[in-house]
Amino acid sequence: MTFEPKILSFLCNWCAYAGADLAGISRFQYPPNSRVIRVMCSGRVDPSFVPRAFLAGYDGVMILGCHPGDCHYLTGNYQAEKKIILTRKLLEMAGIGSDRLLLDWVSAGEGERFSQVIRQFVEKIRGLGPFPLDQEMKGKLHAVKASLEGEKIRWMVGKGPELMEKENVYHEQLPKERLDAAIETTIRDELIKNRIIALVESKPLPAAEISQTLNLKLNETLSFLVSLIGEGKIGFDPSEEGKIPKYIRNV
Amino acid sequence: MEAARDLSKSKIDQPIGAVLVIGGGIGGMQASLDLADSGFYVYMVDNSPTIGGVMAQLDKTFPTNDCSMCIMSPKLVECGRHLNIRVITNADVEGIEGEPGRFSVTLTRRPRYIHLDRCTGCGECAKHCPVTAIDAYNEKLSRRAAIYIKYAQAIPKVYLIDREQCIGCGLCERVCLAKAVNYEESRIVEKIDVGSVILSPGYEVFDAHLRPEFGYGVYPNVVTSIEFERLLSATGPHRGHLLRPSDGTVPERIAFIQCVGSRDSNCGNDYCSSICCMYATKEAIIAREHVHFVKPTIFYMDVRAYGKGFDAYYERAKSEYGVRFIKCMVSRIREQYKTKNLLLTYLNEGGNLVEEEFELVVLSVGMVPSKTTMEMAKQLGVELDGYGYCKTRPFEPTSTSKPGIYVCGAFEAPKDIPETVTQASGAVADATGALSNARGTLATKKEYPIEVDVASEDPRIGVFVCHCGINIGGFVNVPAVKEYARTLKNVAYVDENLYTCSTDTQEKIKNAVNEHHLNRVIVASCSPRTHEPMFRETIRDAGLNKYLFEMANIRDQCSWVHMSQKKEATEKAKNLVRMAVANARLIQPLGEIALSVTQKGLVIGGGVAGMTAALKLAEQGYEVFLIEKEAQLGGNLRNLHYTLEGEDIQAFLKNLINRVTGHPSIQVITNALVVDFSGSKGNFSTGVMVAPTMYYRKIEHGVAILATGADEWKPNEYLYGEDPRILTQIELENRIANQPDEMARANQIVIIQCVGSRNEERPYCSRTCCATAIKNGLKMKELNPGANITILYRDMRTYGLMESYYAKARDEGILFIRYEPEKKPLVSKNGQELTVSFLDRILNEEMEIKPDLLILSSATISRENEELATMLKVPRTAEGFFLEAHMKLRPVDFATDGLYLAGSGHGPKLISESISQASATVSRACTILSKEKILVGGVAAMVEGERCAACLTCVRVCPYNVPVINAKGEAEIDLAKCKGCGSCAAECPARAIELMHFRDGQLWAKSQALIYSIEQSA
Repeated sequence: MTFEPKILSFLCNWCAYAGADLAGISRFQYPPNSRVIRVMCSGRVDPSFVPRAFLAGYDGVMILGCHPGDCHYLTGNYQAEKKIILTRKLLEMAGIGSDRLLLDWVSAGEGERFSQVIRQFVEKIRGLGPFPLDQEMKGKLHAVKASLEGEKIRWMVGKGPELMEKENVYHEQLPKERLDAAIETTIRDELIKNRIIALVESKPLPAAEISQTLNLKLNETLSFLVSLIGEGKIGFDPSEEGKIPKYIRNV
Repeated sequence: MEAARDLSKSKIDQPIGAVLVIGGGIGGMQASLDLADSGFYVYMVDNSPTIGGVMAQLDKTFPTNDCSMCIMSPKLVECGRHLNIRVITNADVEGIEGEPGRFSVTLTRRPRYIHLDRCTGCGECAKHCPVTAIDAYNEKLSRRAAIYIKYAQAIPKVYLIDREQCIGCGLCERVCLAKAVNYEESRIVEKIDVGSVILSPGYEVFDAHLRPEFGYGVYPNVVTSIEFERLLSATGPHRGHLLRPSDGTVPERIAFIQCVGSRDSNCGNDYCSSICCMYATKEAIIAREHVHFVKPTIFYMDVRAYGKGFDAYYERAKSEYGVRFIKCMVSRIREQYKTKNLLLTYLNEGGNLVEEEFELVVLSVGMVPSKTTMEMAKQLGVELDGYGYCKTRPFEPTSTSKPGIYVCGAFEAPKDIPETVTQASGAVADATGALSNARGTLATKKEYPIEVDVASEDPRIGVFVCHCGINIGGFVNVPAVKEYARTLKNVAYVDENLYTCSTDTQEKIKNAVNEHHLNRVIVASCSPRTHEPMFRETIRDAGLNKYLFEMANIRDQCSWVHMSQKKEATEKAKNLVRMAVANARLIQPLGEIALSVTQKGLVIGGGVAGMTAALKLAEQGYEVFLIEKEAQLGGNLRNLHYTLEGEDIQAFLKNLINRVTGHPSIQVITNALVVDFSGSKGNFSTGVMVAPTMYYRKIEHGVAILATGADEWKPNEYLYGEDPRILTQIELENRIANQPDEMARANQIVIIQCVGSRNEERPYCSRTCCATAIKNGLKMKELNPGANITILYRDMRTYGLMESYYAKARDEGILFIRYEPEKKPLVSKNGQELTVSFLDRILNEEMEIKPDLLILSSATISRENEELATMLKVPRTAEGFFLEAHMKLRPVDFATDGLYLAGSGHGPKLISESISQASATVSRACTILSKEKILVGGVAAMVEGERCAACLTCVRVCPYNVPVINAKGEAEIDLAKCKGCGSCAAECPARAIELMHFRDGQLWAKSQALIYSIEQSA
């Protein structure tokens, strides 16, 4: 029996969803692997839906919106793009990979293109095989989800364009490099922290093992452990008294 | 704290009754508190966003291993809320104009971007801030947000924005419920008028990168001592777990390398940093206490344990904690690539090259004056020495080159905490001497409405429950707690506030008290440790006695610690409120009695310390009695002639005696002996017998300063007394001064150190002998440049800036040879021939010298002071020196209020140190003498005379010797002396003693309220 991927698609009401309708009207065939959720705008797609979808058992996620410049809400698709770039980055950093996530544009008049996009994506996922949702992967996904749900990243990403194009609270324009660098640091930090939390949630672990699992330098791991202890999110395993301390999740 | 002082109150020719203190470390805080408590208005300026200085970063302090923050934070809080101290943080001093008595100082306040008076320090902003930055408080070992507070106990407890890191996203403004964020803030230039200035800017640690052979910054497991301090601290990066940086494991073998950036002419710092030997010993001990298998090793040049109790601490480190001390210079460090362990190469004392492996290396970095401090000194026109320390002279240790500007702490020279505190108080005495007639002109005295008599009323309790933004409200159902409080008996009014500590809420509380005739107030919010004084002020303003207040700590001990159990947290908050109500029903207004103060001082001892204290106290405008048991003033100074720096001691002494005897407010009573003593702070009475007629005289005074001095020990070893060529240092100095030609004829001179010190009988260091040996050695070289001088020593302890004279002595050819206490030098006499034999440890050969002069650096011993100590009820150390109230932070106070100590009666010390201490006692004394009346009582123990069985339990248990059995045969406790600890109440067999405000009934009612609730919930 061949593998039938489960795909979750978010289609914007005005373009992609209309394009999908047109495909139907035009009888352009495509495989039945996709489940569609209609959203008013691709900008509505909360990036945390992506890891959630994978956690729920989907093998791929697509987000289809209006072509650049066509958005019914002026810039919703740009917002979507920004968020998906970020999500990709997080997925890459977490070692999940972003091949199973697709963002594309389909206009209301592109019925055929819609069917093509679906077909190609299903084939791609079929080639990749089922999403390897093992324990480790779940941990990674939870970390990505927690990072994307966290306020820090969301605020920075949301506020970014305004800081660059208009002004920040000090009435200065923030250079793109500075913002990008800050976002880059924060998403990385958030992801690693959330991964550590997910790791020690299951059992007490020493720093070396955490660093190995995360494939992160030991001294860098330590600095994250220090921060997490400072935030009160993790602590030292009190039953461990030897030379090598273990860390546990603080409840 | 208002911004501008009203100068119209001070006349034109009168000095300004305000003082600027630059630096908010432990020295600056001590100076500010002394000033403000003796009638001066204080501007306390710090360039950091918070006060506290380096001491706030320390984990423990030597030699008592006290928790640094625990002993310091009361002073922090006191500075923060003192009516007459205006704390100005994040500010720089730009310039000064005017003259002593009337300076105008320009300050620039850097923006903090947070409203000082709106921020409640709740920390919500930092939790949300998306930008991470490096935390300098933890020595870059951890991270913080771009909006931050330096440390949890910081004063002011106000966040600030690190403008370098902030991207300006605006999130903090949105989450701040107190509306404290203000991105529009800009630099503010301000001019302040002051009568004098005290510099206490502190120090920086030496940049360890400048000693590349140790690999700091390259090898992760090489850390500085201040970083190690943070690693040990419970508030440090690993929350007190001792973990090394490379892999987060516990290091077993730890090496400390001493003198990194000190005693090192290559990096320009050829002075000794004074503190590193002791802090390294402390860190080694603490590390060992943290982890039992740690093996610390200290690589040192000389162990400079010269302070009070230091040598005993050093010996304990060796014997009890197994700390290994190795005398050598470590030449380099290599890292093992795989393990990241470190290989230290060093030449041991046997002359062999050794390589040893360690898991962690701590560099004991020295002190350096910071660049910004040096820059500021330039702006102020204050002269610096070659290292960048503030120039002072030995007899005026707190005066800078510029009149009206004084200095204290590590900016004057490297020094430890007690010496900084002492010098800070000393600087206050000097800074206010010329301002004494402006005392009280600018200081504010608060007026309160007349207290409402509530004694006969039933309790009407008002309960104010705080949301603390979302700090409480986010986890505890505040409205539910409020409604619950309403149901409790005697509760007449309830309210909830977003921030109960905000200014407008204080008005609300006052109005509620008046409108609803409340006679007890409860605030359910944060910790009474930080906020009770403020709320007490509020109810006093509302006409209530300040004791009619109670707090329920539903934040620090409830909402913050049960964040994931909201239901339980709410229940607990209700319980805490019920307990508070139970207590509030029983609290009574407490009266404080005003006693008038005898504004006169008594100084016992007419040496340099006593005379300095008397003179400076008189300059403050108070009458002084100076008692000396000898026929003439001068003490040990009469036998000393020159200082190490070359100052003329006799000229100084003559001048000092003239000024003391010529001062109209000082009565000198020589040939006098103290025979009785009674009273308490503000009102003492001392009886003296005056020879030769032995007439008795009674002296009434408000404070007493003990400056009874010490003696040079007459040795009973090394053939002392059996040959005229064997002299002590004092004898030698007298001979050099009086018979220089004879002394110049000596060609072969041997000096033996530690004669009678650091042994079993006297396990302490006499502190001054190393400097004295070098001083007299150099003098002998001056008299006879061809003389061969050999100094046999154990550790050369020329601490601080005296180190350069040690170097000079070596340059001039004085030979220094070390001996071990197990193998002391031998002195023998064969006919007329004196022989000193000793082991040269480098050549490993027995050596002999036949000296023309043998000088013994003999111990400093305490005088016969037991009787005096018993009379005044002041404690002494095992060695017979007087014991201060606290080794670190109350170095010149006795535990008994109103009694102070100065000079070598406290422990061996140099003249400049005695002068500092004597000056310090003056400013401490002024905190009492400046007041016409003092309040006593309040939280104090009361005896129910009829029940007292005169069993003496309270007399024995009281730490301050307060209770006495009176004529009626009942225990009596002097309100003026009682400190309110309650030990007596807890032990009194007849239960005849009650500690007011913490009466048995109150404590019991609280406990019962708790039990009741537990049963109910079960």
